[in-house]
Amino acid sequence: MKNRTLMVSALSALTITLGLGVALAQTPALTKGLKITLLPKNINNPYNVIETSGGLAAAKEIGAAAKVVGPSDAGASSQVSYINTAIAQRQDALILAANDANALLPYLKRAAAGGMKIVTMDSDTAPEGRTLFINQANSEGIGRAQVQLLGKLTNYSGDIAILSATPNATNQNTWIKWMQEELKLPKYKNMHLVKIAYGNDDDQKSFTEMQGLIQAYPNLKGVISPTTVGISAGARYLSTSPLKGKVMLTGLGTPNQMRQFVKDGTVSAFQLWNPADVGYLATYAAAALASKQITGKTGETFMAGKLGKYTVGKNGEIVLGPPYTFDKSNIDKFNF
Amino acid sequence: MKPAPPAPSSLVARLRGLLGWEATIILLVFVALLAGALLSPDFLTASNLSFLTANFSEVALMALSMTLLVIVAEIDLSVASILGLCSSLLGVLWAAHVPMPLAIALTFVAGGLAGLLNGLLVTRLGLPSLAVTIGTLALYRGLAYALLGDRAIADFPAAYTNLGFGMVPGTQIPIPIALFLVLAILTTVLLHATAFGRGLYAIGANEVAARFAGLRVERVKLTLFVLSGLMAALAGVVYTFRFSSARADNATGFELGVIAAVLLGGVSIFGGRGSVVGAVAAVFLIGIINGALTIVDVSNEVLTIVTGLLLIGSVLVPNLLGRLRVARERRQPRGDAVS
Repeated sequence: MKNRTLMVSALSALTITLGLGVALAQTPALTKGLKITLLPKNINNPYNVIETSGGLAAAKEIGAAAKVVGPSDAGASSQVSYINTAIAQRQDALILAANDANALLPYLKRAAAGGMKIVTMDSDTAPEGRTLFINQANSEGIGRAQVQLLGKLTNYSGDIAILSATPNATNQNTWIKWMQEELKLPKYKNMHLVKIAYGNDDDQKSFTEMQGLIQAYPNLKGVISPTTVGISAGARYLSTSPLKGKVMLTGLGTPNQMRQFVKDGTVSAFQLWNPADVGYLATYAAAALASKQITGKTGETFMAGKLGKYTVGKNGEIVLGPPYTFDKSNIDKFNF
Repeated sequence: MKPAPPAPSSLVARLRGLLGWEATIILLVFVALLAGALLSPDFLTASNLSFLTANFSEVALMALSMTLLVIVAEIDLSVASILGLCSSLLGVLWAAHVPMPLAIALTFVAGGLAGLLNGLLVTRLGLPSLAVTIGTLALYRGLAYALLGDRAIADFPAAYTNLGFGMVPGTQIPIPIALFLVLAILTTVLLHATAFGRGLYAIGANEVAARFAGLRVERVKLTLFVLSGLMAALAGVVYTFRFSSARADNATGFELGVIAAVLLGGVSIFGGRGSVVGAVAAVFLIGIINGALTIVDVSNEVLTIVTGLLLIGSVLVPNLLGRLRVARERRQPRGDAVS
């Protein structure tokens, strides 16, 4: 009994010290009143709203003036005018999820030449376009984890398909590459990837693509949709289909979007990270750059508020953490 | 002998007498610049204005040929689709290791052929250009997707992409805008100082009379549709290099911006009236309003609404002015009905 009390107090003391340490390590170094622009792929996508809300929360903590701007469509060139506006407005940092890895490069280089710090989150540009890339999770980890989850749900047999976003979305394609790698392992020898469909991150297109997959492949046992728009549109179609509960749908979705489909048995399990944490981490990283705490070199560390300490990895990549699996047992603990 | 102008009887008449529609638009450009400067200290900087103008290069280029078409009372709604098709073709050719000068030349051929098809359908079959080009709007965009699917081609050589987003050496003038200004001068000369250009007004004002006067109406219209296709091809090349990205969905919806500019510039949708200066000023006006609203973080939806209102206004206001004039002339019959 006494030992436990002792341990608890020791732990508390440690926590307080760590907390103080965190406060001491970051507060004096971050510049106050930084101007930060958050530029998501498009502004009407619920995922992006959550992601940027995390960024705004972090900005509030560090006393930065942050704002969210962006196009209403996810076209390659739609983000360019916002980058240029950020240049004109002399923002200290720009945090963006790139719609196209290359179309933005010349404009990002122009922004960087003027002293603006560029951080990408969840969809990267070519490395010369930014200093840091905030990756939600290791791409390999996400790709493999989704196939592992679907394998478990389908007893490792039958035809499977992928319902992706746009064909040139950098993040989607990297995950799909790792899914294909995972599928080469012997335990998946009875699982066959028959089609990669593209819903263009558009609700209706994703819905009809899901319908098309079900009609075209009678032996379809599972679909992975690594996009929040795709998985919810797919689940909506599946929930009204006679194949509800027979074709397994998994992928990346948000708990609020997927709650009803998990409860009505359309979807057993899906994965994600906390998108608000992605924006939160990106904002701390951008602030650390703009405050000259770090320069973006491999091995540098900085504190990201409630998320703790992060290290800059190879090629300026910072990984938030492993993906998380949501199912009936835990979905009600999350609200985003 | 030209009769003396009527005494300005109303504010509208005074405005017309003093300024004319084109001058009004040019004045509004300066008002918009001033308003932008008041809204944000970052607006009236060389780099911002430079970007802002670069941003409407493609619309500006296509507005030149659209001006000529609308003056002969025709329209080409397929320009943005031709742009997308040409951009995709350029990408596909480059990806297939076709040397860039040849790829660009072939892109122009494709744009010219697209315009030729529009022109043939209108002049040989006598179909209304509105209907024809709504059809080819879908057709050419479809062909672009057939060429490139959902892929994007991005690895264009820097020597060419620099032409897209670079500046004229020693200035802040974007290269595509410099190109546009040269072409705008050429178009002005063509329209206002050649027999061909005068003929366009005659055709637009009264096609039957123009035919009787010996103008080869079909041939002129066909030429203008081909020109429109070529201009869309040029805009496609500019767009591809400016964004270093060839995609089938490039410039989707740009035809609305082009037509909005041409109509706002005072070119009559019924043909026979308008000038290059008006259309060019209107392109700048819309671009500057968009830029000013963007820099104060007005949302994209509002920008679209503003463009829509400008389009409606550009048709409505000249129409109302015309009606007012007719009503006034009825009340005070004079010998100066022809203005």
